[in-house]
Amino acid sequence: MSLYYTQKLLYQLNRDPAVRRRFDEDFESLLAEHELTEEERDALRKPDIGLLYVMGVNGQILMHYAALRGYEWNAYLEAMREGERRYGPVRTGLYTRADSR
Amino acid sequence: MALVFAGVCSHAPGITGRADRADPTARDRFYAAMGRMRKAIEASRPDALVVIAAEHFANFFMNNMPAICVGMGEHYEGPIEDEKWLGIGHHRIPGNKPLSRELIQEVMNDIDLAYAEEWKFDHGIMVPLHFLTPRYDLPVIPVNINCQGPPLIPLKRAYEFGRSLRRACDARPERIAVIGTGGISHWPATPDSGRINEPWDRAFLDKLLHHQRDALLAYRDQDVWREGGQGGFEIRTFIAIAGATEGCTGELWCYVPIPAFAVGCTVAVMRLH
Repeated sequence: MSLYYTQKLLYQLNRDPAVRRRFDEDFESLLAEHELTEEERDALRKPDIGLLYVMGVNGQILMHYAALRGYEWNAYLEAMREGERRYGPVRTGLYTRADSR
Repeated sequence: MALVFAGVCSHAPGITGRADRADPTARDRFYAAMGRMRKAIEASRPDALVVIAAEHFANFFMNNMPAICVGMGEHYEGPIEDEKWLGIGHHRIPGNKPLSRELIQEVMNDIDLAYAEEWKFDHGIMVPLHFLTPRYDLPVIPVNINCQGPPLIPLKRAYEFGRSLRRACDARPERIAVIGTGGISHWPATPDSGRINEPWDRAFLDKLLHHQRDALLAYRDQDVWREGGQGGFEIRTFIAIAGATEGCTGELWCYVPIPAFAVGCTVAVMRLH
C-alpha cells in the first residue's frame, strides 16, 4: 500500500496550480512520479472515487478530487457508498467505521 | 489591552457552498447568529482577530505536520478551494506580522509552535471570515491545530495552548479577539455526511459554557471518534478557547443541526473577565 503517496499527490493537486496544469496536460507522467500501486493508479485515472475512499484516502482530500473530476456533492456521497458496496469497508485510517473496529 | 472577545463557531463548507440545500428557517437562524457575532466582535473594537481553526490539508500534510502552527504573514489568501464549490470569492486577507511574532514568542515559553509566513486559508477559516469580517479588512492571525492527521495533540495541550495564548494577549497593548472554529460531532466527507449527534454536542457545549475544565479534558479520542465522528476531533479548537477563557462561562447563541451542512451549526460567546 502506498496510501500516503496517493494522498500526497491529491494534496498537491488540490493546492498547487502547477500540479493542476500537469494533471490537465500529462496526468500519466504525474502518476509515474509517485510510488503508487497499479490499483491506486487505476483508481486515480478512472476515477474510482469509491475505491479511493475504501483505500482510506482522507475525505477532506478526496472531496476536492471528486469535485475536480466533475462529481456534484450528492454524486460524490453516492460514489463513496457504491465503493463500500463494491469493495467492502474502508480498509484503514480515520474513515474506517466505528462498528468495524 | 488584551483579549477583548472570545467565541466559537462552526465552519463547514456546506454553510456557504450548499446554502440552498438547507432548511431555510434553520439556515437563517444560524446566519443571524453569525451576524450577531460579527456585531459583537465589531463592538469589541479589535485590532486583530485570532482564528483557531482545524484546517483540512490545505497547507499542512503528513510530510511535516505541525501539532500547532501560528500564522506570521503580512497577509494571507483564500479560499484555497474552488470559489464556486465553497460559495466564497477569492480574497487577500491582511495579517499583522509584528503582533504574530510577539504572540508566538510569548507562547513559546509554554508550548512549542510552528509558524508560517504563507498560508492559504481553506473553508475552516474562510467560512467564519465570510460572516464575521465580510470586508476582509480586519487583520487575522490564523492558528491551526492538527485535528486531521493523527497523532493529534492531547486535549490538555490544546487547553494549555489557549491559556498561554491568553497570557500572551494580555501582555499586549493591542485589542485582540479570538474565535475557535470546528465540529462538534460530524462525519464530513463520508457516506454518513449529515449525521449529527445532537445530545453529544449539547453535552459538550454545556461543559464548555460552564467551564467544566476537568470534564472537557476527560474526553478520550476513541470515544470522540465513535460518538462524534472523525470530525469530532476538532473539539480541540473549542477546548483551546476554554483555555483562553479559563474560569469564564459562556452563552449559547445558536445550536441548530443542519444535515445539509453536515454539522450542528453553533455560535457561542464567552463572557470575558
